[in-house]
Amino acid sequence: MSRPAGNGLASLALPPLVTFACVIALWEGAVRALHVPAFLVPPPSAVLGVAWLERASLLSSLLTTAEGAVLGFLLSVSLGTLVGLLFSLSRWLERGLYPYALFLQTVPIVAIAPLLVLWFGPGLRAVAVSAFIVSVFPIIANTLAGLRSVDPRLSDLFRLYGAGLGDTVLKLRLPSAIPSMATGVKVASGLSVIGAIVGEFVAGFSEGSAGLGITVLSAYRQLRTDLLFAAVLLASLLGLSLFALVSGLSALLLRRLRAQW
Amino acid sequence: MKRHAQWLEWRAPLGQARPPQREFHISSSVVIHGVSHSFGSGGLVLQDIELSLRAGSFVALLGPSGCGKSTLLRFISGLDTPSSGTITLSSASSAHGGSGPRLAFVFQDAQLLPWRSVLDNVALPLELAGVGRAEARERARAPLADVELSDASERYPDQLSGGMRMRVSIARALLTDPEILLLDEPFAALDELTRQRLDERLRALWLERCMTVIFVTHALAEAAFLADRALVMSRRPGRIVLDHELELPEERNLDLRTSAAFVEQTKVLYLALQAHGGLDDSQAVGST
Repeated sequence: MSRPAGNGLASLALPPLVTFACVIALWEGAVRALHVPAFLVPPPSAVLGVAWLERASLLSSLLTTAEGAVLGFLLSVSLGTLVGLLFSLSRWLERGLYPYALFLQTVPIVAIAPLLVLWFGPGLRAVAVSAFIVSVFPIIANTLAGLRSVDPRLSDLFRLYGAGLGDTVLKLRLPSAIPSMATGVKVASGLSVIGAIVGEFVAGFSEGSAGLGITVLSAYRQLRTDLLFAAVLLASLLGLSLFALVSGLSALLLRRLRAQW
Repeated sequence: MKRHAQWLEWRAPLGQARPPQREFHISSSVVIHGVSHSFGSGGLVLQDIELSLRAGSFVALLGPSGCGKSTLLRFISGLDTPSSGTITLSSASSAHGGSGPRLAFVFQDAQLLPWRSVLDNVALPLELAGVGRAEARERARAPLADVELSDASERYPDQLSGGMRMRVSIARALLTDPEILLLDEPFAALDELTRQRLDERLRALWLERCMTVIFVTHALAEAAFLADRALVMSRRPGRIVLDHELELPEERNLDLRTSAAFVEQTKVLYLALQAHGGLDDSQAVGST
């Protein structure tokens, strides 16, 4: 194409769709031509077929996972923002607690998931906490970085006019931090789905409904690779939708805040 | 003057009657005594600055890059404190039990909050002083009119030209009716025509008011055009090497710039700057 890509929906959606179609076609063709056994790599047509066949149970799994992910994500946004704000107000608090917040980022979630089952019981609560642990750190870190990134010359202006702490936070630091906070929230939205799936691996066996993590595990045990593929694809689709939703909301919010703050 | 009348009407709620200009001229507004400063191990930046500025005067502070003129301005504003020496600010109102003179600072870049509209940016100082948002916005309209930007009140900083942003910044400074107005190379980044227009506007705004203006610049013609008194500083460590009363008429316009008197006055400043190495960039130490 000689002209630069526009901003329309078509030019945004077309390239990834074309990539998708090419990969699917290649995949289908290669699996058929090379006679790969279906339990190793099922052709896309088989994945689609089983997804349609199992649509009721897959949908219910998807909703279960979504519930845990969204719950954990909301917990991350509220607690992470609050902690970031507190850290920004007190160096002492930051130095004392930041290393332990970092711990949440570095701890292997699979290793502590059994603990979560012990503490919160199997099911939604443990899954949500797992999603929270995986997704909270980017929110803390980005909130803190944003609140600290205030232009020092604007700080001078506020000092000059004798602004109190409340005004400085509300009218200078928070608005300055919002773009950075939006980045943290977007990263966290994707991570929360990962956290929920991993949580389900360990903590998802409960009640009637099982999430996509359970579907993946049981499909693997039964060597139903086509179902496994379908579940994995649905999980990444969930992560993508959550990310897209949050990106859209934050873009909207950014525009409105600029008008009102 | 209609605009002037509007201004007086607006500032009445601040509750401070302004003394007539003559009377105001008697007292000094800024007294700087023995101010020296050094940055950590970076050596002396300012050396023995002694100054007394009359209330209501327009003073230009000239000097090469890095001579410490912006630093001195920050000391006067109270944002920073010098290593040694004292700076005393006084005002007519503080004699009646106020808390020092009202002071405003126009920074090198306009320093507007990008998420606030023009009117909300101008209203900010009053909001920070505890005035309600609606009232602050109402009061911000007068200074915005003073810089001829009433039409742009609902626009955002990223929709304005550099000159307009600077005018918003000046309106914000005028909002609190400052007794001392500090400007740190406010027009340095603007094109020459915009700069000349703003110089004229600023001079007119000063004539309408009773404020002491300290204007930092490295442009000779700008200093001569604006000020009644020009102070020339040397290369680092900055010292005052020339204290010159500009003998030019009070009302200044475009014609003045080409008059013999103006050229003569500019030359005086030029010679002082040249004598102290200010025009030789290769020798200037550091930059602001």
